[in-house]
Formats: sequence, C-alpha cells, structure tokens
Amino acid sequence: MPTADVGNAPENTRTGADEQEAGGRISTAPREDPGTDAPALGPVGWARWFWRQLTSMRVALILLFLLSLAAVPGSLIPQNGADAFAVRDFKERNGTLAEVYDELQLFDVYSSVWFSAIYILLFVSLIGCIVPRSWQFVGQLRSRPPRAPRRLTRMPAHTTWRTDAEPERVLRAARTLLRGRRFRTSLTEEPGGPDGSGGAGGSGPGGSVAAEKGYLREAGNLVFHVSLIVMLLAFAAGQLWNSEGGKLVVEGDGFSNTLVHYDDFTSGSLYDTDDLDVFGFTLEEFHASFERTGPQRGTARTFRADVSYWEGTDGAEKKTSIEVNHPLKVGDSKVFLVGHGYAPVVTVTDGQGKTAYRGPVPFLPQESLGLTSTGVIKVTDYRNKDGEKEQLGFQGIFTPTYGIDAERGPHSTFPELDYPVLSLNAFHGDLGVNAGLPQNVYQLDTDKMEQFKAEDGDLFRADLRPGESVELPDGAGTLTFDRVEQWASFQVSQEPGEGWALAGATAAVLGLAGSLFVRRRRVWVRARRGADGVTVVEMAGLGRSESARLPEELGDLAFALQDDAPPAADPGEGDRPDGQDPAPGQDPAPGKGTGEDAGGSTGGTAEDVPAATEDAGPSSRGENE
Amino acid sequence: MNPVDIAVAANESLAEFSNLLIKSAMAVYALAFVAHIVEWVFGSRSKVARTAAALTARGAQGAGRAKSPESAGEKGAGKVSVTVRTSGGTEVLERPRIVTRSAPGRRAGVPDGPGAAGGDEQGDLYGRIAVSLTVLAFLLHFGAVLTRALSVQRAPWGNMYEFSTAFSMVAVGAYLAFLVAKKNIRWIGLPLVTTVLLDLGLAIVVFYTESDQLVPALDSYWMWIHVSLAIVCGALFYLGAVSTLLYLFRDRYEAKLEAGGRPGAIATSVLERLPSSASLDGFAYRINAAVFPFWTFTIIAGAIWAENAWGRYWGWDPKETWSFITWVGYAAYLHARATAGWKGRRAAYLALIAFLCFLFNYYGVNIFFDGLHSYGGV
Ligand code: HEM
Repeated sequence: MPTADVGNAPENTRTGADEQEAGGRISTAPREDPGTDAPALGPVGWARWFWRQLTSMRVALILLFLLSLAAVPGSLIPQNGADAFAVRDFKERNGTLAEVYDELQLFDVYSSVWFSAIYILLFVSLIGCIVPRSWQFVGQLRSRPPRAPRRLTRMPAHTTWRTDAEPERVLRAARTLLRGRRFRTSLTEEPGGPDGSGGAGGSGPGGSVAAEKGYLREAGNLVFHVSLIVMLLAFAAGQLWNSEGGKLVVEGDGFSNTLVHYDDFTSGSLYDTDDLDVFGFTLEEFHASFERTGPQRGTARTFRADVSYWEGTDGAEKKTSIEVNHPLKVGDSKVFLVGHGYAPVVTVTDGQGKTAYRGPVPFLPQESLGLTSTGVIKVTDYRNKDGEKEQLGFQGIFTPTYGIDAERGPHSTFPELDYPVLSLNAFHGDLGVNAGLPQNVYQLDTDKMEQFKAEDGDLFRADLRPGESVELPDGAGTLTFDRVEQWASFQVSQEPGEGWALAGATAAVLGLAGSLFVRRRRVWVRARRGADGVTVVEMAGLGRSESARLPEELGDLAFALQDDAPPAADPGEGDRPDGQDPAPGQDPAPGKGTGEDAGGSTGGTAEDVPAATEDAGPSSRGENE
Repeated sequence: MNPVDIAVAANESLAEFSNLLIKSAMAVYALAFVAHIVEWVFGSRSKVARTAAALTARGAQGAGRAKSPESAGEKGAGKVSVTVRTSGGTEVLERPRIVTRSAPGRRAGVPDGPGAAGGDEQGDLYGRIAVSLTVLAFLLHFGAVLTRALSVQRAPWGNMYEFSTAFSMVAVGAYLAFLVAKKNIRWIGLPLVTTVLLDLGLAIVVFYTESDQLVPALDSYWMWIHVSLAIVCGALFYLGAVSTLLYLFRDRYEAKLEAGGRPGAIATSVLERLPSSASLDGFAYRINAAVFPFWTFTIIAGAIWAENAWGRYWGWDPKETWSFITWVGYAAYLHARATAGWKGRRAAYLALIAFLCFLFNYYGVNIFFDGLHSYGGV
C-alpha cells in the first residue's frame, strides 16, 4: 500500500487492511465482486459476465433460497408421484383451477421444468465455484503459510514480552512448539534495520515463524460441496434406471419376478426389463396383530410375511420373513411388505350343479381400524339352469369383525377375524371381460348385468359366515363361503445409485462437520533483538472468524513458549498495577523508544517502508514443511 | 390378574405418574417464570448505558480502541495467574497477557449487557432462584420423559405429545448445560421458560395421547437415531432462533444509538441488559452452524429409514419436503453469512425463516397433512 495513504488513514481502516492482507488466502471463498460493473462489450464479455454472476456466492444464495421456495407448493398440492388418486380427486373438485395447476406443472413439482431449472442452475453454479476453489486450495497446501505481517499488534489477538533468550533460540523453540501442535510452519529470517522495520520494538536482527492450522475446514467444505454433486448424480441415475412393481399374493401362492406377474410396474426411462433379477417367492403365512384395548384399539402392531424364496435359475429354496422395516434383498432388488388384507375363499356352483369357480378372492381394505374391505367375484365360466352360457358377478363387503350401526351401516369393528361376515349382492349377464379392454379386477361393470332378485321381489343379498352357503334365486346355483385367507402385497424395487447416494451423503456429513467444527487460523511469532540487546518476542493470531478461542489458544502457546523464552523483567516499569492497564488495542509497549505505533495517533509513517516484501531478499530464508 | 394384565396395569400407573410429573414440572417452571419476571423488574433499576458510551467512544477514537477494559479482560486470556504445583512447593506463574482487538467495521467494541438483573443485587438473587427452580423443573421434566419411556417400553417420542415434551426437555437441558459450561446465556432464561410452558401446555391439552405402542412402520432402531436427533436439533435451533430474534432487536437499538438517536426508555432498559448484538449474533451462528451437520445427518437417517420401511428413500412426502426446505433454509443462512451484503440482519432473517420452517414441519405437517409421516395422534 502506498505509504502516503497509510499515514493519513484512520486507525481502523489501516488495521482492517493489515488484517485483510494477513488473512489472505485463509479461505477459498470466491472474491466478492459488487456485481454492478457492466459487462464488457461483445458476446464473450457477456458470457464472462454471466458466468461470473452465476458462480458468485450471491447468486448461489439466491438460488438456494429459490429452491426451498419452489419446494413448498409440492407439499400443499397433491402430487402425481406420491398420490395419483388425490390428484384425480383434486381435479374433479376444482375444474379450472386444476387446469391452471396442470399448465404450471403443479401436480409434478419435483420434475417440473421450473424446479429442475433452479436446481440445475444451482449445480452448474456449484461446479463453476468448486473447481477453481479446489485448485486454489491445492495451491495453498503446496505453498507455505503467509509470512508474518509487519505489525503483529494489528492482529485480532497478540501478545509480547521480553526475554534474555537468543532470538534464534526462541524461533526454533516456537517452531518446534507449533509443529508439535500440528501447525504447518515456515521460518523467515528478517534483517535488522535502522528503523526497526515496524516490527516488535527491536531494531536488531531476528526472524519470524508463520504457522497455519485447520486446513481441514476448507477440505471439508470442498468435500461437502462435491458430495452434493455426487448425491445429485446418484439421484438422477436412480430416476433413470429404477424400477418398481407391485404384487398382491394370497397365502400359499407364489410370485416370480417377471414383468407379466406384476399387478403394476413402473420404471425409469432407461430401464431395461431384461434387467429384472431372477427370483421368486411363495407367501407361506402372513401374521398381523393389532392393539386390542385402549384408545388405539385396532392400530397395527406387527406385520410379518413368512416366505420361502429362490434365487437364480436353479437356486435352492430358502425361508425368511419380510417385515415392515426389514425388506428381503435379492440381487439388486428389494422386496418390501407394503400392505395386507383378507381374501375370502368361495366356491360357486352353476345352474347345472357343476363347480364354476373356486378360490380366494382378495378384498381391499377401505379403512385401517377395522379393515372393512370391498371386493368383487367374477365367474366367467358359468351356465344357468337352462344350460345357457352366462356370467356371474358378486359385489360385496367383507368385515373381519362384523358390526352394524345406523350411521355407518355394516362395518368391521376390529381388524382381526373375530366374527367374519361376507355380504354380497349378485348379478348375472355379461361381465364385459371379453371385450378386450383391460378391466380392474376389483370393480364390477354392471352395465350389461342384471341384479338377482329374491322371491319377495327385493334385491337378493347374502350375509355369510365361513362355512355357510346360499342358494341363488331361481336355481341359478350356490355360493359357499369356505374360509378366509390372508393376502400381503409386496413392492419389488431396484434402485441403482442408492449406494452412491449413501456414500455421497456420508461424505457430505463428514465434510460438513470438518467445515463447521474446524477453525482455520494463523499464528505468527517474531523475535528480534531490541536496542538494549534484550530479545523482544511478539506473537499474534488470526482466525477466519472472530472467536474467543483464538486468544485463549494464543495464550496457551505463549505460555508454553515461555519455557524456552522466560520473560525478563521490564526495565524500569515492573508490573503495572491492574487498574492502570493501558487500553487494550493499545500495545502494552514492552520496550521503550521503539517507534512502534501503539495504536496511537502517530504511527504508520516512516516504518511503513516494507521490510519483508513479498519477494524476500537473500537474507530471508523460507522453510517449507 | 394374569401377568400380562399386571404388566399393563403397572405401565398405566407409570404413565399416570409421568403425567403427574409433567404437571409438577409445569408448576415449577411457572414459579421460575415469575422469578425471572421479578429479576427483570429489579434489574430495571440499574441505569447503566454502556452501549451508548462505547459507541460514542468508538466514534471519537476509532474501532480498534473502543473495547472497554472489562470486556477485553473477559474475552482474552488476560493476565491470569496459573498456579503450578511442583515437588518443591507452589510456584505462581504469570500467563502472558493477550490483547484482543475486534475486527474493524463491525460494531464489536460494544460490551455485553450485564444480564436481566442489571447488576442489581436483589434482581440477581431472583435470577438465581429462577435458575434453581429451572433445574428442579428440569429434573421433574426428565423424570416424566423417563417414566413415559418405561411405561411404553420404547423411545418416548412416538407421537406429538411425546415429541413436544422431549423437545422442551432438551431445550432446557441444553440451556442448563451452557450455564454449567459458564457460557453467558442466562439472558435466555425468561424467553425459554415461557416457551417451555407454552409447549408443555399445548402438549397436555391438545396433543395428549395415551401411552401406547407404535405402528409397525415407526418401530425401528432408526427411530431412536432419527427422531431423537430431530428433537435435539430442533431444541438447539430454537435457542439459536431466540438469540437471532434478540439480535435483531439489539442490533436496531445499537444502530439507533450509533446514529445518535434516542431509543425509548423501556427498549433501553431491556436491551441494554442483553449481550451486544455481536455476541448474540455470534452465539446464534455457532449454535446453528454446529447443529447443521446433525440436521443433515437426521435427514439422511430418515431417508435410510424410509427406504427400509416404505421402499424408497425419498418420496417428497410433506414431512420430507419440509425437512428439505428447512435444510436448504439453514444452508442459505450459512451462505449468507459468507456473502457480502447479506451478513448481519439479512442473514438473521434467513435463520428465522429456516426455524419457522422447522416449526411448521413439526406442527403444521403433522396436523394439516395426510402423509405417511402424520403420526400426530390428533
Ligand atoms: C447445492 C447447493 C449448496 C448447498 C446446499 C451449500 C451448502 C453450504 C453450506 C451448508 C455451507 C456452510 C459451510 C461453512 O460455513 O463452512 C457452505 C459454504 C460455502 N459454500 Fe455452499 N452450498 C451450495 C452451493 C454453493 C455454490 C453454488 C457455491 C459457489 C458459489 C458455494 C460456495 C460456498 C462457499 C465459498 C462456502 C464457504 C463459506 C465460508 O467459507 O464461510 N456453495 N455451503
């Protein structure tokens, strides 16, 4: 800095400038530019300007803020990805509004153009920021800690004392001490000067040790930001290559992992169904238990599916259980238990007395506290009493523990099979299953069907307990409710990139911990012979942020250093009584007549002639770790 | 009675005992609240105006030297005598004096206020009584959470009632731990006790749920990790948020003084007793920064758990979404502190927004949304 300026500058700005200089390169945060300077003309200039803006901290901050803002609507408006049902419902209830929402992609917030734009910009910014910072950091690791500033008194914490030990000895001891505490150090010799070169009170020869510690902070910060990129890539890979299928299995039935066996299946756009792992399993038994007493009566307590499974083309059968928090892992796939319910087993005989249908029919729970379930039975292969081909359809409710009240009608009062009842309506006619259109197995299309009527002219309806049968009107056949089986539904998913996401997340946390718990700081020790031949030791510390621990640490270091540099009596001054301490910030000048600016109004003229310039003279010897 | 019934009865009486303890803790917190009020009232008798003095001094002399002697003595490792016992006898060594200097440009020369009691002896007495009562209430509170845990035989944070009681317990515990570590934090006593009373009141009136087992999806060891961390993070973020809020008031007060204005008498009396804006801001930053990695880990643990329970680690469920929003909010706050033009008040607003997101995630999402995470029990 130009000498003339300094002489006139107010004390605080000079201190600030000194501190800034001494604190240079203590972080790799991008230099903040005010951002108002107009770009240079031409497309290259504009591109440069744009890139500089994009990779600035300010824009990163704004993008972060936008990202969290943009995530909000997804939690307020139903999302296709999470609950397509709710979306349909919402659309039915809000006509125009839903159209507007649809236009704005508000039902798919997290894959919408605008949400993607924000996070892609953020990650471009992140990469543009992280790459130069990493290089800079590598450079810092390879160079030595910056040399001691001329005026250690201007650092945030400093101390000084006089000692009879030789300056070289003090410096060597300081270096050993600092190295012992895992500082990187570098020693510089400083020549004596007629004006003391602004150093600690001494005008004689001496030197200084520069030390720095806490590089892990920067490393952690870089690791954290890089991990974010890894996580994003893993997430993206997961979206492109994942697959997820659902399957409902009744006790005793099996499933094998091929596309045709799934009830539903979705996969990422780059997924190849040949990649399905080869395995299968049989649901041997399903166990569920529920709270029987108290206000949470009916709440599920345990779910367990006992299965035997095989893996590969000729894998042996193995037994295991799948529980809610314990999926089964086979190859790259995981099998999760996601639901359960009851499947009444029924037998239907036709008008000829022949068995037209026999088997379990899964009913879907409509509520969780009693598992009142609904379902349909479709009998496609049926002849009426006249021998004509027809079809039968039954529609009904299954209640594991039957109850009835005026408000809700028949319903289940408890999810276990305490008093199971199957209530059905019966239809005959054309189920419409042969029309070639895919049909929901849980819904009955009664357009071309006619409901059976009882003899008294009312609609036919049967309430059956297990083991009971009912005759359909007009000799149309019988229906027997044999018993109840349970079913469990499973989700089979393959999520590549999961391992990477986990690794990225772990690295992110570790990096973050390093970044936020490690303090990066510098310590300098200067020792030189004073005018009276006594050595003056000066120590100062500077951290990345103001911290109460820095002075403490400096005190510890100074205290330890005094083993090798015991304080000498202050000539003529003795111990100042406590009340008369000089104002802090003012140097408690150890020596007299040193020309040191003790924070006073006179400092900073002649001694500002740089003694330790950047390219140190021949007498200055830097040492590197 | 068969053994199962006896066990159930024992658990029920434990749960009742837990409820009793919570109510007792509330009564003692209420007494602590009163004691704190008395402390503040007595403290208003002191008429120190160190802030104005410091700011005037700074104006005249420049920042570097404005630091008052006391505050430098408190902060730096001043002239401290260290007694070293050697075999020969006792030797008193003098530690070197460390001179500290605040970074220029900030309003850092301002000394911390003396605390609620304002140096008033009677006020201080009541302040100490308040702290003692808080310790007692904390013990009762802790006992309540513990007996609740014993009665349900699982981690005592399975529904909103349990979450609320554990949350305020951790906040008070952290406060007391800071006091034990001799941190300057007694100023937070009154706001803390007030919120704890509100929180516990809400818990027993609105959220109360009989002690009971968990639905299977919540029954996992990840629950111990994920939920207990979420509670700890929330409680500490809360302390940070109070500090941030007070920082905003105190900062405005100091700015007004600096500009030569005259803040009102009540503002002066109250704010003068708080730590300086730099201290409040620093405290808030340290807490938020220290908690942030844990909050990050909380979310990751939640993702791992979700993957085990529901077969996907991230599904933008409302709870997940709001955890993410909170996380990005705090990340923005940490960034803002390193960005020119965003330091100070603007960063503080971001921190408050982030904390409000946390609160919304905890109360709002459980109550208003119907996601997989809505286990509120209300
Ligand atoms: C994906 C979004 C990002 C997240 C979640 C994020 C998060 C964070 C967090 C939590 C910190 C605090 C660590 C500390 O204070 O040491 C931090 C620091 C930092 N971030 Fe980011 N960041 C993101 C993007 C960026 C971008 C795009 C840039 C570049 C412009 C950037 C540059 C920095 C820098 C320089 C620091 C260090 C600040 C300091 O040294 O105090 N970050 N980031």
